[in-house]
Amino acid sequence: MSSPVLFDTPGPKTRRRSLIVSIVALAVIIAVLVWVVLILAAPRQSSGVTLPGFFAASRWDIFTDPIVWNFIGTGVLNTLRAAGVAMVLVLALGLLFASLRTSQHAVVRIPTTLVQEFLRGMPVLLMMLFILVVASTGAFWAVVLGLGLYNGAIIGEILRAGLVSLPRGQREAGLSLGLTRRQTKSLVEMPQAFRQMLPVIVAQLVVLLKDTSLGFIVSYDELIRTTMNSLSAFYGNRYLFSLFVVTLVIYLGINLCLSAFARWLAKRRN
Amino acid sequence: MNAVLANLPEFLEGFRVTLLLLVISGVGALVIGTVVAAMRISPISSLNTFAAVYTELLRNTPLTLVLLFCAFVLPVIGVTLPYFVFAVVGLTLYTSPFVAEALRSGINGVPIGQAEAARSLGLGFVQSVSLIIFPQAFRMVIPPLINVMIALTKNTSVASGFFVVELIGVGKNLANLNGNAVIAILLAVAVFYLVITIPLGLLSQRLEKKLVVLR
Repeated sequence: MSSPVLFDTPGPKTRRRSLIVSIVALAVIIAVLVWVVLILAAPRQSSGVTLPGFFAASRWDIFTDPIVWNFIGTGVLNTLRAAGVAMVLVLALGLLFASLRTSQHAVVRIPTTLVQEFLRGMPVLLMMLFILVVASTGAFWAVVLGLGLYNGAIIGEILRAGLVSLPRGQREAGLSLGLTRRQTKSLVEMPQAFRQMLPVIVAQLVVLLKDTSLGFIVSYDELIRTTMNSLSAFYGNRYLFSLFVVTLVIYLGINLCLSAFARWLAKRRN
Repeated sequence: MNAVLANLPEFLEGFRVTLLLLVISGVGALVIGTVVAAMRISPISSLNTFAAVYTELLRNTPLTLVLLFCAFVLPVIGVTLPYFVFAVVGLTLYTSPFVAEALRSGINGVPIGQAEAARSLGLGFVQSVSLIIFPQAFRMVIPPLINVMIALTKNTSVASGFFVVELIGVGKNLANLNGNAVIAILLAVAVFYLVITIPLGLLSQRLEKKLVVLR
């Protein structure tokens, strides 16, 4: 069905009007963008000194230096390393939480629920600080463990929702084949729940990757700390804007790829 | 425990700043998010594309980078504001696409048959939207919106890295002053967050059960 449901098919007059509105809106958006670019490109006065605009070559020349890219590469690697280790931890913890929380013993189920709710209700940053200060593990493990615990609790909840949504016959079939309850859960139910929830899990892993940027605050040398702290301190404030733009582009590149992967997974399943 | 009780006024001050961040950026994000969602479902294609790009761009940028842009890059460009305002602007911008997506999925979640039924009964555009679509979409949108607000509550903590002394900032200062009671102080900070997030979570769960539309 191609015609809109909520209103009658537009006639020539309405179509013309909506075309005009569309063009006017586009013009406004472009005008605002041009205005921003012009402001950024204009040379600026700062305490009597005239500085070049933000697109001047003298604000971007450090990017011809391979050493800068070397630093940025190390930052990206550190981000990916923290995210990778945390992801492994998250999947393990998620499986553990989900199976303990669906246990038939209340002695196991209730404490698990409490721990999980506690972890989910706290800011990740607080957890990282806690680990950093109390366990004094160093910044890398503070980031990894903080992200691991927090996202593990969330993935556990996602997997539990997957387990609950399975048809009851799956479990009954497993039990009637003579499998024990634990075998049924790990061999029959969990694999299906995992597949069912895979797109949501990948989306959560994208969130995890974004959250490694909290390493900036707990002084782990990930991408943002490398560019916005070390490099901008070394080369001076006038490169702050260019370094920010480069950092943003790198993050967008990585995250958009992962998000596209999550969407592809979701589509493939249907 | 004594260190916590002795510094209760400071904790409450931090809690006040956190709540202030939450409420102001929450309202701001609701306003901007609604505008973006309206653009996203509007038939005007240029607004549509703009809203889609805005959503994708902000959703895939880490919050730290957004706040860093507000606190460090904007002053270099020539905008000078108090750091609290920068934090509010950053949190509002970061949260708005999540609000927009929650609203959009609620409206898209109303089955097309509902609209068709309304139209075939002879209701006009305004009538079918206000009497049939909106009441159903509203019910579906409330629990996800509460979840967005819970996430915002936790996200306000990132502002502590950008010169805003809220709960975490207070916790860090107090932990430096009372080296022997670090665990108690950080746990107290956690409790203050849970005071906001757990009731909101329970509310969302209850509403989800209560408002669900049986079809």
